[in-house]
Amino acid sequence: MTTESETWPSTQSARRPWVDELQQWLTTVDHKRIGILYVLFAILFLVVGGIEASLIRIQLIRADHDFLAPQTFNQLFTLHGTTMIFFVAMPLMFGFANYLVPLMIGARDMAFPRLNAFSLWLTVLGGFLLYYSLVGGYGLYGVGSAPDVGWFAYAPLTSKTFSPGHSTDYWTLSLLIAGFGSIATAINIITTVFCLRCPGMTLGRMPLFVWLSLAMAMLAILAIGPLTAAQAMLMVDRYLGGHFFDTQAGGSAVLWMHFFWVFGHPEVYVLVIPAFGFASEIIPVFSRKAIFGYPIMVAATLAIAFVSISVWAHHMFTVGMTPAGNTFFVLSTMAIAVPTGIKIFNWLATMWGGRIEFRTPMLFCVGFLFQFLLAGLTGVMLASAPFNWQLGGSYFVVAHFHYVIVGAILFCAFAAFYYWFPKVTGRMLSESLGKLHFWLLVIGFHLTFDTMHVPGLLGMPRRIYTYEAGRGWEGWNAVVTVGAAIQAVAIGIFVINLVRAAFKGPKAGNDPWDAWTLEWSTTSPPPEYNFATLPVVRSRRPLWDLKHPEDPDWKYE
Amino acid sequence: MVVCASQGIVSVWATATSVPLSPTNLFAPASTPAESIHQLALFILLVSAAIFLVVFTLLTYAVVRFRRRPGDPPGEPPQVYGSRQIELAWTIIPVLIVVVLFLSTSRVIFELQHPPRPPGAVMVTAIGHQFWWEYRYPGLKVVTANELHVPISDPANPTPTFLELWSADTDHSFWVPRLAGKTDLIPNRRNEMWIEPREPGLYLGQCAQYCGTQHAKMLLRVYAHTPQDFERWVKEQASPAREEPSVARGRRIFEQTSCVNCHTVAGTSASGRFGPDLTHLMSRETLASGVVPNNRESLRRWLENPSAIKPGALMPPMGLAADELDAMTDYLLTLH
Repeated sequence: MTTESETWPSTQSARRPWVDELQQWLTTVDHKRIGILYVLFAILFLVVGGIEASLIRIQLIRADHDFLAPQTFNQLFTLHGTTMIFFVAMPLMFGFANYLVPLMIGARDMAFPRLNAFSLWLTVLGGFLLYYSLVGGYGLYGVGSAPDVGWFAYAPLTSKTFSPGHSTDYWTLSLLIAGFGSIATAINIITTVFCLRCPGMTLGRMPLFVWLSLAMAMLAILAIGPLTAAQAMLMVDRYLGGHFFDTQAGGSAVLWMHFFWVFGHPEVYVLVIPAFGFASEIIPVFSRKAIFGYPIMVAATLAIAFVSISVWAHHMFTVGMTPAGNTFFVLSTMAIAVPTGIKIFNWLATMWGGRIEFRTPMLFCVGFLFQFLLAGLTGVMLASAPFNWQLGGSYFVVAHFHYVIVGAILFCAFAAFYYWFPKVTGRMLSESLGKLHFWLLVIGFHLTFDTMHVPGLLGMPRRIYTYEAGRGWEGWNAVVTVGAAIQAVAIGIFVINLVRAAFKGPKAGNDPWDAWTLEWSTTSPPPEYNFATLPVVRSRRPLWDLKHPEDPDWKYE
Repeated sequence: MVVCASQGIVSVWATATSVPLSPTNLFAPASTPAESIHQLALFILLVSAAIFLVVFTLLTYAVVRFRRRPGDPPGEPPQVYGSRQIELAWTIIPVLIVVVLFLSTSRVIFELQHPPRPPGAVMVTAIGHQFWWEYRYPGLKVVTANELHVPISDPANPTPTFLELWSADTDHSFWVPRLAGKTDLIPNRRNEMWIEPREPGLYLGQCAQYCGTQHAKMLLRVYAHTPQDFERWVKEQASPAREEPSVARGRRIFEQTSCVNCHTVAGTSASGRFGPDLTHLMSRETLASGVVPNNRESLRRWLENPSAIKPGALMPPMGLAADELDAMTDYLLTLH
C-alpha cells in the first residue's frame, strides 16, 4: 500500500465513486470542509425555519384566521426561533470562522481538527434531535410532539406540570448538545488565533474578521456556559425532583430568566460580531481603501463584547426589578450604543473618498449599514426601561430583533456568501441573480419588518396565534405577510444561484476581487494544506504590499 | 426608513386628532403612568430621528458621491488609515447623547416605580391564571374576574388604582397600553403596578407574556368609572348572589356537578377558586376573558364545550344533556 497522501487525491478531483466522496466528507477533519458542512447545514435549516415563518405569517394575515390550531402555532414559533438562532445563525458564523480564520492567518488548519469535526457533528445531532421531537415527543403521555414553550422557554411553563410528555426534553437536550459543540468550536478558534498565526502576523496585523471571530469565540464561551447549566438544571427539575425553576415547590421563575438572558444577550453579539467582521473585510475591498481606524475598530469590538456581558436584564424590565436595578441595565445597555456607533462611523469613513464598486457583496453591506443604523435606534428606544414597559413583549420587539438578525446579520452573511463563494468553489456566483436576490430581499425585508413595528406600537403582543378585528392591526399584518412572501422568493433565487454557480459558474481565479488578505493568495478552492509555503506578512494587507511595492502598508502602520 | 416615518405618523395622528388608531394605541395615553412614558417616548423618538437623519444623510452621500465612475483616474484612491481627532469626535458626541437619554430615562423610572400612595387609592390584587384574570379588592370585599373596574382619578383628590400582581400558574403580563406599561405576573413573586385613568371608559389590553396554548385570548378589559358609578358597582358586587326560585333545577345541577370545585358563587356551597368567581357573572359584558359577549347563546355554547370557543381552555366539557344545559344556563343568567 502506498502512503495515504498519494491515495487520497486533492479536493479538486471528482472521479471517485460517490460513496467514497461521501465518506470523505463525513469523516473529514479539514477545516474548510467542516466549514462548508456547517454552512450547508445552516442553509438547510434556514429553509426549514423560513417555512415555519411563512406558516406563522399566513396564520396572522388577517384577524380571527383559523389556518393553524393554537398549539400548532405555538410549536411553530418555538421551532422557528430555536432553529434560526441555534441551527442557522450559529452554524453559519462557525462555518465561516472555520473556513476563513486559518486561511486569513496563514495557518494550515484549525488547532484541533478532530475536536472541530466533533463540534460539527454535535451541532448536527442537536439540530436533528430538535426535529426528532416531531415524531418522538409524544412520550409516555401521548401528548406533546414539538416543543411549544417559546424559544426562551420561560419557567414554569417548562415544568412537568405544564409541559408533560417529552417535547420540552428534546428542546433541552438539543440545545445542551449543540452547546457543547459551540463551546468546543470557540476554544478551537481561540487556540488557532493565538497559536497558529504565520510569521509576521502579529495580533495587531490580523484581519479584522479574525479579531472579531476571536471576540465572538470568547463571548461564546462565556455565554453558552450559563445556558448549558440552566438546561442541566431544568433536566434535574424534570426528572430528578429538583426545584430550581419549579415555582409550585418554591423555585424561581426569575432565576431561569437570568440564566437564559445572561446567555441570550451575549448570544446576539456572538452572532452580530462575525457579521461586523464580514462587513469590515468587504467594505474596504469594494471601496478600494484600507479600513478606517483599525485599532479603534478592534477596541470597539472588545468594548461591545465586554459590556454585552452586563446588559442581559434589559430583557427583564417588566419582571419588576427595583428602580436601581432597572437604572443599571438602562445605563449598560445604552452604553453599547457608543462603540456600535463608532463602528458605523468607521465603515462610513472607509467608504468616504473611496471608489465604491457596487458588486453584490458590497450591495449587501450597504443594505446592512442602513438597516443596522435603524436597528440600533430602536434598540436605544427599548433600552429606555419605561418605554420598554410599553414596547417589551410586543411586535415592536419582534420587529427590532428581526431587524438585527435579518437586516444586519443575514445581510452580512449574504455579503459573505457572494464574496467568499469564489474562493470556496473556484466559481463565481451570478451577478445578475445576485442583484435580483438583493433587491427582492430589500423590498421584502422592509415591507415585513418596517411595517411590523406598527402593530407593536398599537398594542399587539408577540406570540399570539390570532387577534380580534377592530384593534387596527389587520392591514399592517397583511403587509407584513406579503413582505414575507417576497423574502421567500429572494431566498429561493439565492439557493438557485448557489446550486447553479457551483456547477456552471465562470471560473474565479485566485483573487477575483483584487483583495488584500491572505486567503486570496492561494488557489480557489485552496488545497487541503492551504498554502504550499507558509506566508510571511509585514502589514495588515499582505496582498496590498505585494501589489503595490512602491507604496506598501507597512510603511504607515 | 419607514419605521421612523411610521412612528412619526402614528404619534402625530394620535396626538393631533386625539382619535386613537386603535383602542390599544400606546400613543394615546389616558392615565398618569402611560402619559409619563409617552412624554419620554416622544423625546427619545425625537433624538433618534435626529440621529437617523444625520447618519442617513452621510451614508447616502458617501454611497452616491464615492461610487466608482467611468472617468475615475486609474489606480487606487488615496489610502487613509484613520484620524484620531475625527474618531474622538464620534466617540464623545454619542457619549453625550447617551448621558442625556440615560438621565431622562432614570427620572421616569424613579417617578413611576413605587410612587407615594394617596389615601384615596384603590387596592386590587390581580392574579393571572391560564387563561383568565382574577381580581380581588381586599378592602372592598369584592371578587371578580376578567373585567377590572376602577374609579377615574381627579388630580385634586387622586384615586389611583394600585395592582398587586400574582400568578397562579405560569408567567403572565398585565398590559393595557393606554393606562400603563406592562408588568409581569410571576408565580411565587409579588409585583406591583399602578394606573390612574382620567376619563371614564373601557380600556383594552391583553396578556403580554406567553403563558400557554390560549395566551392569545387572555384579553384585558378595564372599566374606568366616575366615583359615584364605581361606588354603585362595588355595592352590587359586594352583595351575595341573588336567589331565584324559578331556576332551582339549574342551580341544583350546578351544585351537584363538579362546577363547584372550581367556581365560587357567594352564599352557596360553590367555593372553588380554580376558575372565575360567578357570583355576579351576568354583571360582566364578556365571557372567557373577553373572548365572546356574555349572553344566553355564548353561555350555553361555553357550558357545552369550552374548547369550541377557546381551544385549550382548562375548563372541561361536563357532558350535560341538552335540557340540563338549558336549566344551568337559566340559572347562571340570574347571577346578576
